[in-house]
Amino acid sequence: MQSAWVDAGDKTPLLEVEDLKTYFFTDDGVVKAVDGVDFFVRRGEVFGLVGESGCGKSVSAFSILRLIDPPGQIVGGTIKFDGHSILDLPENEMIDLRGSRISMIFQQPQSSLNPVFTVGDQIAEVLQIHQKMSKRQAWDRAVEILHTVGIPDADSRARAYPHELSGGQAQRVMIAMGLVLNPQLLIADEPTTALDVTIQAQILDLIRELRNRWNTSVILITHDLGVIAEMAERVAVMYAGRIVEQTDVRTLFDQPLHPYTQGLIASIPILGKVLERLEVIPGSVPNLIDLPAGCRFAPRCVARTRHALGICTEIEPDLIRVDARHAVRCWLYQDHGNHRAPLSAH
Amino acid sequence: MNEASQPTPSAASLIEVRNLVKHFPVRAGILQRVSGWVQAVDDVSFSIRRGETLGLVGESGCGKTTVGRTMLRLIEPTSGTVSFNGTDVFGLRGAELKGMRRNMQIIFQDPYSSLDPRMPIGESVAEGLKIHRIGAARERQATVIDMLRKVGLEEYHSRRYPHEFSGGQRQRIGIARALALRPQFIVADEPVSALDVSIQSQVLNILKDLQQEFHLTYLFIAHNMSVVEHISDRVAVMYLGKVAELTERSELFSNPLHPYTQALMSAIPMPDPHVRKQRILLPGDVPSPLNPPSGCRFHPRCPVAMDHCAVQEPAFQEVSPGHWAACWRVA
Repeated sequence: MQSAWVDAGDKTPLLEVEDLKTYFFTDDGVVKAVDGVDFFVRRGEVFGLVGESGCGKSVSAFSILRLIDPPGQIVGGTIKFDGHSILDLPENEMIDLRGSRISMIFQQPQSSLNPVFTVGDQIAEVLQIHQKMSKRQAWDRAVEILHTVGIPDADSRARAYPHELSGGQAQRVMIAMGLVLNPQLLIADEPTTALDVTIQAQILDLIRELRNRWNTSVILITHDLGVIAEMAERVAVMYAGRIVEQTDVRTLFDQPLHPYTQGLIASIPILGKVLERLEVIPGSVPNLIDLPAGCRFAPRCVARTRHALGICTEIEPDLIRVDARHAVRCWLYQDHGNHRAPLSAH
Repeated sequence: MNEASQPTPSAASLIEVRNLVKHFPVRAGILQRVSGWVQAVDDVSFSIRRGETLGLVGESGCGKTTVGRTMLRLIEPTSGTVSFNGTDVFGLRGAELKGMRRNMQIIFQDPYSSLDPRMPIGESVAEGLKIHRIGAARERQATVIDMLRKVGLEEYHSRRYPHEFSGGQRQRIGIARALALRPQFIVADEPVSALDVSIQSQVLNILKDLQQEFHLTYLFIAHNMSVVEHISDRVAVMYLGKVAELTERSELFSNPLHPYTQALMSAIPMPDPHVRKQRILLPGDVPSPLNPPSGCRFHPRCPVAMDHCAVQEPAFQEVSPGHWAACWRVA
């Protein structure tokens, strides 16, 4: 099996994830939430991880930060951050890493912030723990970063409690907490999904600006292809615990190869382009406890029936590179045994 | 309020909403005294033609959900009128109101909380038929199966419980339930917002097909403008309890007049990486409907606000044929 990815660029990746497997051992069976995922993120890059619910994108992110609780467990693979393996770090070093070198912001800011502390205190706490600042210094720095993320009247707003903030402001506070220690990598898990679209625009703009200012790498997790198109430089599409396609953002939209990616792009209504009917991906995502043999997308794949492919329901394809920048997991583009790829990727 | 600035009713109007107001009291203190009013819906007027889909779009707090629920009297209005086929909905009582409910149904946003978890879904779908004593048990069962099939489900699904279905399937069940009474008008309150992208298109297609087959009239409430553009004939944009703009779909998307509509459309991320458009970024947050700004409610965030905008609320006027807006810049 050839490796799906070899870094062809001249920058060493900040993060390298190889064959990551995170399973949940539940009473109903083993949920293979992440089942062999490979990707890398360069320094200063915005990497998009896109997929629908249950595809494993959030679990991948939590795995990178080793925030998987039982019944979940990372059962395989390697994660290298700045050249060092994360999965065998002792917990106290992991605690150091979180927030200061890798941090994360979440979808529902108001449920991620501690309701009984002021937002200023919560940011200051991060500084006191990681940088051993005094209370006074930490508070001043907290106000400063609240101002940087665009909270008006930062000095008095720092004394507010999370429930007193709007969704947009709470998300800015989360971003402030995520960036106050100037981490090398920010993982943003659906950071704008719960926000109104005009507020979403502000927040995306803020993330982009801060990334430019501090050269922070960003893993942007979302189901929204519009957000991906706007923010991401490279993208991986996930389905049922696997990466099914990975390439730069322009190629993803200009030349999507995987039938799932194609279906996803074709099924979203686009402002300004009105169609009588939207394309539909029939069926629904598989049960991760009881995955079908072969390709996980096969039951819903129109291309499989169109090309009358039998191999799809028997053997799962590997994620292979079709050129230097584009990888796809699909029998349409790979030969195997008696099966000949019916399509060329070019 | 300017009497002249009303969309004039036409013979083809099924629904007429006139000066609809809904204020919610805020109670505080030990004695629960009213300390303020949330002006959720503040003097909203529009009509919906028979067979049409009117999209109602806006961000959180704009009042769109309250409009939908008040029209059906799931919430009682503060003032204003709603007429259905010429009948004053707010004046009805008892058996007459119940009769009206057969004609006006609703599909809810959250497929996870809108079905009774203790009832097999077939019974949920049949519930309206039972309440209105339509048909004998066997006929009701046949209607239920028919409705389930129309939304792409099978007969055996009728015996299962809600938790056994996915979000998209539950939403289809909600549609089947709304349809069982053969209503003329359906309020679809964010019917696809909670669904994954690839399921959204399935449900939107079903809604369109059913509209054709059953000659339905829809009020389609959503915050996603791309979805609204896809399904609507005409679109109303709401902001902080008021209608900012109302016109034909293609006109709105090619020629938005109200600065808020323009900002809303520019804020939408386009799934096309080659388009890096110039964004209109609105400052700040949406103000609270407890304490809306003076004059035009949008003026504090409006990129082209004039002094006058803070002083007097603009009238909702027909700026060009069929195109209504409330803005001093376009009046």
